[in-house]
Amino acid sequence: MENLVEIKDVSFAYDVRPVLKGINMVVPRGKIVSIMGLSGCGKTTLLRLIGGSLKPTRGEVRVAGQAISTLGQEALYEMRRKMGMLFQFGALFTDLSVFDNVAFQMREHTDLPESMIRDLTLMKLDAVGLRGAQHMMPSELSGGMARRVALARAVALDPMLIMYDEPFAGLDPISLSVIGDLIRHLNDALGATSILVTHDVQESLKIVDYVYFMAEGVVVTHGTPADIRNSKAPFVHQFVWGEMDGPVPFHYSGAAIAQQLGLERAHA
Amino acid sequence: MLDLVAAPLRRLGRQCIGAVWRLGFASRFFVFVLLRSGTSFRRFRLVIKEIYFAGVLSLIIIIVSGLFVGMVLGLQGYETLQKYGSAEAVGTLVALSLTRELGPVVAALLFASRAGSAMTAEIGLMKATEQISAMEMMAVDPIARVVGPRFWGGLISMPLLAAMFSAVGVFGGYLIAVQLIGVDQGAFWSQMQSAVDFRNDIINGVIKSVVFGVAVTAIALFEGYDAPPTAEGVSRATTRTVVTSSLAILGLDFILTALMFRGA
Repeated sequence: MENLVEIKDVSFAYDVRPVLKGINMVVPRGKIVSIMGLSGCGKTTLLRLIGGSLKPTRGEVRVAGQAISTLGQEALYEMRRKMGMLFQFGALFTDLSVFDNVAFQMREHTDLPESMIRDLTLMKLDAVGLRGAQHMMPSELSGGMARRVALARAVALDPMLIMYDEPFAGLDPISLSVIGDLIRHLNDALGATSILVTHDVQESLKIVDYVYFMAEGVVVTHGTPADIRNSKAPFVHQFVWGEMDGPVPFHYSGAAIAQQLGLERAHA
Repeated sequence: MLDLVAAPLRRLGRQCIGAVWRLGFASRFFVFVLLRSGTSFRRFRLVIKEIYFAGVLSLIIIIVSGLFVGMVLGLQGYETLQKYGSAEAVGTLVALSLTRELGPVVAALLFASRAGSAMTAEIGLMKATEQISAMEMMAVDPIARVVGPRFWGGLISMPLLAAMFSAVGVFGGYLIAVQLIGVDQGAFWSQMQSAVDFRNDIINGVIKSVVFGVAVTAIALFEGYDAPPTAEGVSRATTRTVVTSSLAILGLDFILTALMFRGA
C-alpha cells in the first residue's frame, strides 16, 4: 500500500537539546495512525515536522512524495492546503463566530460564492453535530464543542491528511467518545489519512489502525492496536495499563532526597 | 580577580548582542509587514475593521482628554497672557500648542496605551492559544492576514485621532476663554486664524502624527508577535509596548520639532 507520509531517520533538536533521535515511520494512505508516548517525548514536534513548521536537523519527512523541508514558502503553503490540523485546545479564532471559523479557509483559499460557502460550512458543521451552534462565539462553547468546531474547520477543504494534536485532552467521557467516533467517521468518509498524537490509550486504540510508541525521542515499538494491548514490553505495558511500577520512574532525575535534606551528613 | 571584571563585561556584551539581534529582527519584521501588505489593500474591509477597533473605539478617551487639555490651556494661557495685556491671543496659544505639539503627542501617547497595548495583547494571546500556528497550518500568512491590516488600520487612525484631539482641544479652550472668562469671541477666532499657518503648523502636525502612528503600531505589533506564548510573556510584552512607544513618541517628537521648526 502506498504511504502518504514517510519519515526517514529524522532527528531534531531545540538548540542543543535533542528531541527526536533517528525516527522512522510510515503512514499508509487511508489509515489512522496513532503516535503515543509520555509528555515531552517529541510527539508534537513530529507533527510540526510533518506540517513543515520545523525542519529536521537530519533525515527527511516526505508527504505525498515531496520532501517537506526542501519546499519554499509557496510550495509549502500549497501542500498545507491539502492538510488539516486539530490543535490541542482547538485554537479557534476568538474574534470569529463558529460559522466564520469553519468558513475561514474557504474564504481565504477559494473563489466560491458566499451562498456556496454557506452551504458547505453548514454541511461541515452538520457532520460534527453543531449546525445549530453556527452563530455562537468560541467563548460560549464547552471544551468538547470547541474541539468539534475545530474538527469541522480542519476538514473544511477536504484535506488528504488530517493531524490531531491531543484531541482527547481535557474532555468528559461523552465528548471523548464523540470526538473519537468523528475522527474515524470523517477519515473514512473523506478518504483521508490521519495522524493522531495522544496519551489517551484506551480511546485511541478503539479507532486507530496502527500505533507507534515513542519514548525519549525514539520509536520503542509499533504495531496494530491488538499488538499493543498484548505487548509484554515493560514500557508499553506500563503505559497502556497506567501502572505505577515500571521502567518510567515517578521521580524526575535529581540528587537523592537524603542528600538534599542533609541527612547523609547527619548520619555520618 | 580577572573574573570580577570579565563577568559584568560578558553580561553587558550579551545584552548588547541581544539588543542588536532584537533590533534586526524587528526591522526584518517591519519590512515583511510592508512587503506583505497586498492583502490589506485587496481586502480593505479587514483594514476598516481595524480602524474601528483602533480608531473609533479610542474616540471617547481622545475626545475627553482633548477637551480637558484644551480647557487647561485656555485657563493657563489666559492667566499668563492677561498680565501682558494680550488675553485675546489665548486662541492662538491654544491652537498652536495643540496643532504643533500636544495634539499629535498626547493623542499618540493615549493611542499607545489604549490601542497599542490592545494590539500587543491580542496578537500575543493569539500566539499563546495557537491561533497564529493554526493560521500558518491553514496556509494563511499571519503577517499578511493579522498584522498587515492592524498596521494600516493603526496608521490611518492615528492622524485622524490627533486631528480630533486638536479640534476638541480648541473647542475646550474656546469654552473656557470665551464662554467662561469672557475673552472677545471675534478676537479669539481671528487671531487664531491669522496665526496658524496651514503648511507650517497643520501639515507638520499631521506629519508628526503619521510618524507616531507608524512607530506605535509597529512597536505594538512586533511586541505581540515576539511575545513568549505565556501569560507572563504577554503581560510583559504589553508593558513594553506602552513604555517603548511612549519613549519613541517623545524622542521622535524632539527630532521632528528640531527639523520642522528651526527658527520658524
